[in-house]
Amino acid sequence: MIPVHFLLEVSAVLFCAGIYGVLTRRNVIGILISIELILNAANLNLVLFDRYWGSTDGLGQIFALFIVAIAAAGSVVGLVLVIAIYRNGKSIFTDKFNLLKW
Amino acid sequence: MVNVAHLIPLFPFLAFWVNILLGKTLHRASAWISIIASLISMVLSISTAQGFLAGAGSYPLGTWLTFFGQPIAFGVIVDPLTVMMLLVVTVVATLIMIYSVGYMGGDPHFSRYFAYMSLFTASMLGLVLADNLLMLYIFWEGVGLCSYLLIAFWFERPAAARAGLKAFLTTRIGDTGLLLGIFLLFAATGSLSFTDLSKANGPEWMLMAAALLIFSGAVGKSAQFPLHVWLPDAMEGPTAVSALIHAATMVAAGVYLVARCFVLFAAHPVCLEVVAVMGGISALMAASIASVNNDIKKVLAYSTISQLGLMMLGLGVGGYSAGTFHLMTHAFFKALLFLCAGSIIHGVHTQDIRLMGGLFYRMKTTGITFVIGTLAIAGVPPLSGFWSKDEILAQAFGPHPVLFITALLTSFLTAFYMARLMLLVLFGKSRSELQTHESPVTMRFPLVVLSFFALFAGLLGSPWMHHAFQKFLAFQVPYPSEEAPSKFVMGLSIGVSLLGIGLAYSIYILHRRFLPEGIRAQFGWLYRLLMNKYYIDEIYEAVFVQPFLRLCRLSFRFDMAAIDGVVNGIANLVRRAGGILRRLQSGFVQNYLLIQTIGVLIVIMTLLGKLCFQF
Repeated sequence: MIPVHFLLEVSAVLFCAGIYGVLTRRNVIGILISIELILNAANLNLVLFDRYWGSTDGLGQIFALFIVAIAAAGSVVGLVLVIAIYRNGKSIFTDKFNLLKW
Repeated sequence: MVNVAHLIPLFPFLAFWVNILLGKTLHRASAWISIIASLISMVLSISTAQGFLAGAGSYPLGTWLTFFGQPIAFGVIVDPLTVMMLLVVTVVATLIMIYSVGYMGGDPHFSRYFAYMSLFTASMLGLVLADNLLMLYIFWEGVGLCSYLLIAFWFERPAAARAGLKAFLTTRIGDTGLLLGIFLLFAATGSLSFTDLSKANGPEWMLMAAALLIFSGAVGKSAQFPLHVWLPDAMEGPTAVSALIHAATMVAAGVYLVARCFVLFAAHPVCLEVVAVMGGISALMAASIASVNNDIKKVLAYSTISQLGLMMLGLGVGGYSAGTFHLMTHAFFKALLFLCAGSIIHGVHTQDIRLMGGLFYRMKTTGITFVIGTLAIAGVPPLSGFWSKDEILAQAFGPHPVLFITALLTSFLTAFYMARLMLLVLFGKSRSELQTHESPVTMRFPLVVLSFFALFAGLLGSPWMHHAFQKFLAFQVPYPSEEAPSKFVMGLSIGVSLLGIGLAYSIYILHRRFLPEGIRAQFGWLYRLLMNKYYIDEIYEAVFVQPFLRLCRLSFRFDMAAIDGVVNGIANLVRRAGGILRRLQSGFVQNYLLIQTIGVLIVIMTLLGKLCFQF
C-alpha cells in the first residue's frame, strides 16, 4: 500500500497549484479550472481518509461524488457568467472588469 | 394731574416703526407722521412742564430687575433740568423735521431718513427722562446708534460711511468708560438712581473713579478733547442731521449727563477740575481750528466742540446753571446756524466759503437769520448767547484765573471765526459764478422760529429778569445769591466780542493787513498746524489705528496659520490616510483573494505554532 502521506502530498500539491492558479491567472476560464483543482484536492483527501479509516459504508466517497456534481453545477454558473461578461466586454481577463470600480 | 411724561418718547418711537415698516408705501407722508409725532411730544412736554410748575414730580414706572438683591427700578424723572431739555429737544427736533421736508425733498430714502430722525428724537427724550443711570445708558446707546445711522445716511459715499463708523467707534470708547463708571458706582453705593446720587456714600476713590469714568462717556458724546475727532467728520451726513446732532440731541447728551450727575462731581473737587480743564482745552483748541477752516459746516462743527467745551468749563467751575443755560441757548442758535448753512448749501451746492460771498442780497431770509445766529453765538447783547456766555465767564472769574482767560480767549475767537464765516459767505462780492436761489418755505419757516429763540431765549436768564432761568434750574446746587452783575466781566465779554467781529471785518471786508509780510511768513507753521487740526487725526492714526490694524493683521495671520492650520491639517491627514489606504481596494478580485489567502495562512500558522508549543 502506498503510504498515506504520499497521497496527502499529492493532494497538497494539487491544492497549492489551484490556489496559485486562482491568484495569478488573468483568464477567467483558467481561474475556473484552478478552482476545480482545489475542489479535486479536497475530493482526493475525502476518498483517501475514507479508505484510510477503513469505513464500511463509503460515506466519504459518496461525499466526493456529491462535490463533483455540485462543482460541475458551479462551473456551469461560472461559465455562464464568463460568457455574459465576454459578450459585454469582449474580454475574459479579470483586470479588464473595472465597470464597478471607483 | 395725569402723568404723561413717560408717553413723550413713545410717539416718535411709534413714528419710527411706522416709517421704517411702511416707508415704501407712505413715501412723502412719512415726513408728516414724524412731524406730528414730534408735535404730540412737544405738547406733552409742555403739559409736563405745566404739571411740574403745578407741583407734580418724578414718578416710578416699575422694577425692571433685581440685581444682587438691589431692585433696579425704572422711572421718570421730572425736574427743572429734564423739563428744560424736553422743551428744547422737542422744539428743535420738530423744527428740524419741518426743515428736512424741504431739504431732503428729492432724496430717494426720504422715509428712512424720517424714521431715523424720529428714533433719534425718541432716544434723546428717553435719555432726559430716565431716572437712573442704567435706563439712561440704554437710551444713550440708542442716541449713539441713530447718530451712526444718520451720519452714514448717504452710505453710498465712502466718506460718509467712514465718518459714521468713526463717530460710532470714537464715542464707543467713551461709552465703555461710562458703562464701567456705572458698574463702579453700583458697586460703591448699590444704587443707580439719580436721586440717590446726592447721598451717595462709599469708598472715596471708587466714587471719584466713577465720576471720572462717567465724564469719559460725556467726553465721547459731547466730542470733547481727546475724543472730539468724530464730530468734524460727522459733517458728511445731511446738514439737517448735523443740526439735530449738534443742537438738541447727541452732543447735548454729554453735557446733560455731567449736569445730571453734578452732585457726584461737586462732591469731589478734583473731578470738577478735570471737567473744567478738559472743557477749556476743547474750547480753545476747537475755536482756533475753526478760525482757519474753509468749509462752512466744518467751521460750525468746530464751533460746536468749542461751545460744548465752554459748557463743560462752566459746569467745571461750579456753574451748574451757567453751563445748562448755555446748553439751552446754544441748542437754539446752533440749530439755527446749521439750518442756515443747510439752506445756503441747498442754494449754492458747495460748502467752500471761499467760493461764496454776497449771498445776503440773494437769500434774504437765510441771510437775516444767519446774521442773527452769528451775533447770538458771538455774544453780542442782548442776544441769547451773550447772557449764557457771560454767566460762564462770571462763574470762572475770580477763583479760576487761567480758566477765565481761556474762556475769554475762546469768546474772542468765537466772535472772530463766526464773523469771518458770516462776512465771507453773506457779504462782499460773489467770488464765483454760483447759481443761487432762496430755499422753499418749509425751510425758511424753522429759520424764522429759531432766530426768534436765538434772539430772546437768553433773556430768561438775564439780570433783567433776575436770572429767572438759573433760579428755576438751581435745585441741585443753590444759585449763588443774586449779586449785581459784574460790570467788569460783562464789559470784557462785550469787548472781546466786538473786537473779534471788528478784526474779522477789517481782514475779510476791508482787506487790511495788520502784520508785515515777513512776520506773517514766520507764522506759516501756525496756520498749517491749525489747518491740519493740530495733526490729532494723524497722531491717532499713527498711535492707535495703525498699531491696531497691525495687530489685526497679526491675528489674521495667526488665525490662518494656527487655527485654520489645525483644522485643515486634520482634514489633510484624513485625506492622505485615505489616499494610502485606498490602494488596498484595488478592485481586482485576485488581490482580495491573495490577501484572504495570506490571512488564512497566518491563521493556520498561528494554530500550528500553538499546537507545536503544546507538545
